[in-house]
Amino acid sequence: MRLLKGSHASEKVTFDMTPMIDCCFQLIIFFMLSLKLLSPEGDFNIRMPLAAPSEGVPEPDQLPPMKVRLTAGAGGRLTGITLGNRELATFVDLRKQIRELVGDNPGPGALASTEVELDCDYKLDYEYVIRAITAVSGYTDDKGNVTRLVEKIKFSPPRKAG
Amino acid sequence: MKLKGGATAERVEFDMTPMIDCVFQLVVFFMLTLNFASDQQSEAVRLPSSELAKPADTPPGVTITLQLTQFGTVLVGSEETPFAQVRNALLREKTLLNNTPGKNFKMATIIIRADVKTPTGKVQELIRLCQEVGFEKFVLRAKESRV
Repeated sequence: MRLLKGSHASEKVTFDMTPMIDCCFQLIIFFMLSLKLLSPEGDFNIRMPLAAPSEGVPEPDQLPPMKVRLTAGAGGRLTGITLGNRELATFVDLRKQIRELVGDNPGPGALASTEVELDCDYKLDYEYVIRAITAVSGYTDDKGNVTRLVEKIKFSPPRKAG
Repeated sequence: MKLKGGATAERVEFDMTPMIDCVFQLVVFFMLTLNFASDQQSEAVRLPSSELAKPADTPPGVTITLQLTQFGTVLVGSEETPFAQVRNALLREKTLLNNTPGKNFKMATIIIRADVKTPTGKVQELIRLCQEVGFEKFVLRAKESRV
């Protein structure tokens, strides 16, 4: 079967690009509108031994936990930080104290045996808990290197709401 | 200014190739940045920030994300659940994991995304509830902040 007639063989074939460009623009608009810029997130491990009997038995080389008490005032604001019996003014002071107790190069064994227990008021805003966890977990130096201080963090049993 | 008469009769053709190239580049860019996991990051929850909260190098495996708003409601996945009904939702997740081949609810890590203004006691109550259902591994999620 002969497909092309002799008279059409020399004609220039042109494609109509309009539908394809329309589709592409539709796709761009769809993806642009569904674009959601998300900030990176990270996790802090916490140990909750109350209901996990296997974790409830202390290890032989386990030191008693350092107790950090956070008290709340009106509206959930932080009113006090205590490490053991020592009252501290800010989370910077808390980190300084933890650095003095643990040292800057604690090593893996020390990291495993050192534990912090957070005892917080019921109505305390959660952001202060994360700030406390950040303060005891480590710090970032000027070059962006992270030094770990304490990896084991747990909560005391929850206090009554009131 | 007078135009030359010879140029007016010529047919002007645009070269579409660079524009189409750009359009395809844009389509590919937006496709790749499209986030399919957005149901795990509700806008109702404003995460606290921390300079030590870095994204994990390896994915955590089996996870259940619980998002706690400042009003005490919990988002299990993308479903908003009153606090009193979270236990049922957790039991459902537990059954689902146990019925999935190669998975077990003990493998699951509970990711807690709580709002900055949530009372800490509420977060602890949520953790305790998860423990009562049988979950043992917990992480608190925070937003990465620059120092």
